[in-house]
Amino acid sequence: MTISIAPDARPRLSCGVRLHEDRVRGRTVLLAPEHVVAPNASAIEILRRCNGALTFSEIVDDLAQTHGVPRDRVAADAERLIKDLINRRMVDL
Amino acid sequence: MTDLLPLGMLAELTHRCPLACPYCSNPVELDRRSDELDTATWLRIFEEAAELGVLQLHLSGGEPTARSDIVELTRGAAKAGLYTNLITSGVGLTKQRLEALAEAGLDHVQLSWQDTDPVVADKIAGLEGAHRWKHETARAVVELGLPLTINVVIHRLNIARIADMIVAACRTGARRIEVAHTQYYGWGLANRAALLPTQEQVEAAHAAVAQIRRELEPSILIDYVAPDHFSRFPKPCMNGWGRQSLNVTPRGKVLPCHAAESIRGLTFWTVHDHSLREIWHDSPAFNAFRGTDWMKEPCRSCPRKHIDFGGCRCQAFAWTGDAANTDPACELSPYHGALRDAVAGPRTNELIYRRFSQPKPVLQD
Repeated sequence: MTISIAPDARPRLSCGVRLHEDRVRGRTVLLAPEHVVAPNASAIEILRRCNGALTFSEIVDDLAQTHGVPRDRVAADAERLIKDLINRRMVDL
Repeated sequence: MTDLLPLGMLAELTHRCPLACPYCSNPVELDRRSDELDTATWLRIFEEAAELGVLQLHLSGGEPTARSDIVELTRGAAKAGLYTNLITSGVGLTKQRLEALAEAGLDHVQLSWQDTDPVVADKIAGLEGAHRWKHETARAVVELGLPLTINVVIHRLNIARIADMIVAACRTGARRIEVAHTQYYGWGLANRAALLPTQEQVEAAHAAVAQIRRELEPSILIDYVAPDHFSRFPKPCMNGWGRQSLNVTPRGKVLPCHAAESIRGLTFWTVHDHSLREIWHDSPAFNAFRGTDWMKEPCRSCPRKHIDFGGCRCQAFAWTGDAANTDPACELSPYHGALRDAVAGPRTNELIYRRFSQPKPVLQD
């Protein structure tokens, strides 16, 4: 199924899914029912902003500004990650 | 070595259960209430688990809510920083109790279903009215905003309705459904001739799941566990022995998997004598089949040994008498023919229900 993410969509971690500081292994993980995912640093930056308050467009603006990265590239990365996690029922729009 | 730390722990809080499902994964010899660990010990184990690196705690049984301290245990586990998953039959669970569990920090509920046909469902559960109660629990979980997974164990008596069960689970508002074929250990093994489907039934089920996946995903996530008795290669059991998970029994034995006690000759350390850390790193049972050095042929030289870890040690022991042999579910095992003969063998309609063994009768003078 093809999902498109509207600029004004407000992605959020699904109910039962949360970021967790794994102090033993020194990394941030995403915990979901029967799954533990260890996203890379840039994916975690995106996921921290998926709080249901910020729009997709605001998330991309914020990341582009904070890290001084071209907006198009951030948008493509964020869209790919969010779509993947929607398919795994870890993010809702 | 942070790559060899457990991610998940199954806490079998009790073997008491209102249901008597003939495929139960508990051992045939069940622990009694008087054997069970007390609240303080479980809370200590949860702390130790979090410090060891466990991220997800599965509160299971038996029926975990048969423990009167389940809310306190859940609160303690959440406080220790663990992701808490309640694995429940849903029978005997009220909305009020669920509310208390949610308030205590419960992250997720996994509810078992037996069938969409209420008559067969109650027959398998061994309890009249179980099916209805489970639907009420599903509704209450969703109303409370807790994420819900429905879990169905597949066997000869419900396999024809595999797609119906997925559709019905989706209708409850569950986000995920686990559809797992029966595993033939403990009670499941005792009931193999009653529960094992035929090759044709399994092929039809695979096709039905593939079809329903196309229709429903991603609105519901379907985790489908295919049966190893019908495969060419074994399952990567536990993703490797002592590699990602540990299991604590009601009386406090710590096992690499829930069926490990079926392997004779292994000694399992308990939480009374050792910390979880010591058990994980140093106990002979956890080290018995770690890595690949213990493997014999055909596993030793097999390119798949890092994919399936030689399959299941318990199944290897049950079929060959040596847990270091290749799992007979593998077509390369010399015992594979015997397993295939069992698959082709006769079936029975007799179910042996999971119950506590009766005390031996005392002879009177």
